[in-house]
Amino acid sequence: MKNKMNLDFSSVSSNEAFARVAVASFVTQLDPTMDELTELKTVVSEAVTNSIIHGYDNQPDQTIYISCTLEEDAIELIIKDEGVGIADIDEAVQPLYTSKPELERSGMGFTIMENFMDKVDVVSHPGEGTMVKLYKQLKKSKTLCN
Amino acid sequence: MGLNVQFTTKENVLLVRLSGELDHHASEQLKKEWQLAIKEHGVKHVILNLEDLSFMDSSGLGVFLGRYKEIMQLGGEMVVCSISPAVKRLFDMSGLFKIIRLEESEEYALLRLGVA
Repeated sequence: MKNKMNLDFSSVSSNEAFARVAVASFVTQLDPTMDELTELKTVVSEAVTNSIIHGYDNQPDQTIYISCTLEEDAIELIIKDEGVGIADIDEAVQPLYTSKPELERSGMGFTIMENFMDKVDVVSHPGEGTMVKLYKQLKKSKTLCN
Repeated sequence: MGLNVQFTTKENVLLVRLSGELDHHASEQLKKEWQLAIKEHGVKHVILNLEDLSFMDSSGLGVFLGRYKEIMQLGGEMVVCSISPAVKRLFDMSGLFKIIRLEESEEYALLRLGVA
């Protein structure tokens, strides 16, 4: 059975915590490990921060969309903005690359997403926005007591 | 849950204790306060105690790297201690341990900087 959740919220930085907690709370019903939950919270934080800083250039009156689908023990997360988009995706996902070094960004956002998730797809068109699709299969190593 | 920051000094060392969650939202304020603390107290070195930091993303790495560069210019050193496995993964991923030394506890970090 598929179980889906949609969320849209303003592009303000105080919503970064809200977004990761909301997703974590939805995913909790699959009984993830603490590590898995931390990984999910971190990638949500990374993608939402990207949308705020880069996609919308810190304009607070825009909208960020999150869709989360659970199926068996798999999670699909889609985090989307309608901002400036990314001209060169290959460059953007490079470790330590940042288009805004003056803001003390580490350039590690996409690297963290790739490390913490099983699959990361980035779809982006300049002037139209960016969609990050993230997939993760939870480990089924839970002990059963008979 | 936000971020709580505590600055203390011991000789020429600024002790920075973070608790709560460090993300992009919290990082901007942290940067300002931290820069002010370095200037006000005239310190040389920084010890970053992350024992009570329950969440961090790449924004934290950016702020740490920024302060490292400033401390470097003052001829100082930055030591991080009491780091959780989750935050340690981010440090490992970004190669931050190549420039910021890791110690087990605040006590060891102070010893490392010759202040004990």
